[in-house]
Amino acid sequence: MEILDKSFNNWVVWSMGISIKIFSARSGGLDQISMAEVKLLGFWASPFSDRVIWALKLKGVNYEYAEEDPHNKTQLLLQHNPVHKKVPVLIHGGKSIPESSIILEYIEETWPQNPLLPQDAYQRAIARFWIKFGEEKMATICAFFRTAGVEQEKAIEEATKLLKIIEEQGLGDKMFFGGDGIGLGDIAFGWLAYLYEVVEKVSAAKVLDADTFPQLHAWIQNLKEVPVVKENLPDHQKLVGHLKRRRETHLALLNFHN
Amino acid sequence: MAEENKVKLHGMWASPYVKRVEIALKIKGIPYEYVEEDLVNKSQLLLQYNPVHKKVPVLIHDGKPICESLVILEYIDETWKNGPPLLPQDPYKRAKVRFWTSFVEKELLENVLLVVTSEGEAQEKAIKVVFEKLKLLEEGLKDLFQGETHHIDGENMGILDIFLCSLFGAHKAQEEVLGVKFIDPEKFPLLSSWVTALTEVAVVKALQPPHEKLVVVYQFLRQKALQPSADGVEVKEGVYVRSLSRSSPS
Repeated sequence: MEILDKSFNNWVVWSMGISIKIFSARSGGLDQISMAEVKLLGFWASPFSDRVIWALKLKGVNYEYAEEDPHNKTQLLLQHNPVHKKVPVLIHGGKSIPESSIILEYIEETWPQNPLLPQDAYQRAIARFWIKFGEEKMATICAFFRTAGVEQEKAIEEATKLLKIIEEQGLGDKMFFGGDGIGLGDIAFGWLAYLYEVVEKVSAAKVLDADTFPQLHAWIQNLKEVPVVKENLPDHQKLVGHLKRRRETHLALLNFHN
Repeated sequence: MAEENKVKLHGMWASPYVKRVEIALKIKGIPYEYVEEDLVNKSQLLLQYNPVHKKVPVLIHDGKPICESLVILEYIDETWKNGPPLLPQDPYKRAKVRFWTSFVEKELLENVLLVVTSEGEAQEKAIKVVFEKLKLLEEGLKDLFQGETHHIDGENMGILDIFLCSLFGAHKAQEEVLGVKFIDPEKFPLLSSWVTALTEVAVVKALQPPHEKLVVVYQFLRQKALQPSADGVEVKEGVYVRSLSRSSPS
């Protein structure tokens, strides 16, 4: 008797699920859009690509991933991001959305489950402020990667100042930039948690050390424990090799100019 | 009661970044108190409200500061839902608007500033880049407007309109000082008709400084950048508004 009840319940749930799907498809509302095919054009070593992967996975969105070679861009990429010709590009139901920060906002708005931005407008403004800050300052924070000697020392000083601002004023006492849980701010700063240590390693520099940045360090540990992040990081050794080669190119250019 | 919803804007009369916020506030019909900042001698309040960048604009709502013009515009749109929307409802349309707004900011504004603050070969190069970017924008507008005529008035201006007129509202002054016509109806018909329509909107017109003042602004900026100075030359927002704060608002 019990087994029969269970299977009856299952049948009811299953048929309701089908009905909901049919209803959504016919109503042509947000459900239909959010259920359309999602494709991500990315590059394995790009933190901008990784951000989008994390956001999609945190939202439980199924997507197809296509690897792009930056030195041999596909027609698909050129078609879907004709202005910048860069990854990541999200293609949703045939529509192209380029630029990672824009993609993140799009994902947040299209799939409202598991919100990655606060509800309160003021808190959202704070989150967006820090996302913008991180983007604008990323090149400066990583400038020591492209320099050597005295220039590198100066770059390390600059990076330290900016990281201090991020730690003290952006993160503060919070566990995550998003508060108690991971948010778009954490996703946007995620590169600090895994990419930066590789940049430091290949540049023979230490900037983000635990003594100088205790809160950022705690945040890095916390972020790396989030399952979606833990399971979706590029291979460390591969990244070391990749950035080693990039650094060699930068150094060669510096020598050429000198 | 009056204090509860109080809105203050710390700004500087010649700053295009501040202009964006003013236009947005006026479109939404939000009453606000304007505080003119002397950027050579910044107020304690400004330093307190924007400790990270120490820049204008800063919007203060109910005592809470919001910085960065685009962040402020999104905040305004999300907080005051009664006025005309500054962004479309549909997420894909919002993404497109955000994309072109970012393009105007990063690809156009930066390069126009470069043209203003450089000369000779460097300036020629920068001018070429601006024309390339304008061409991309013109193409983008075809997709954005999708063949429909984009009718602009005070009721349907959004963040892209606001960003565009904060840059090219002064196009005639730019032309006069630089001797280069960016908003050229022959080269960029869609863009030119759009910019012209924007500058005619009552709200924009009312907030636009007079042509002569804008000419002085651009001349001053140019002179300052081309003169070697003790503290070095920076082609950034900081220098732009710092130099301008020496000229008076009226």
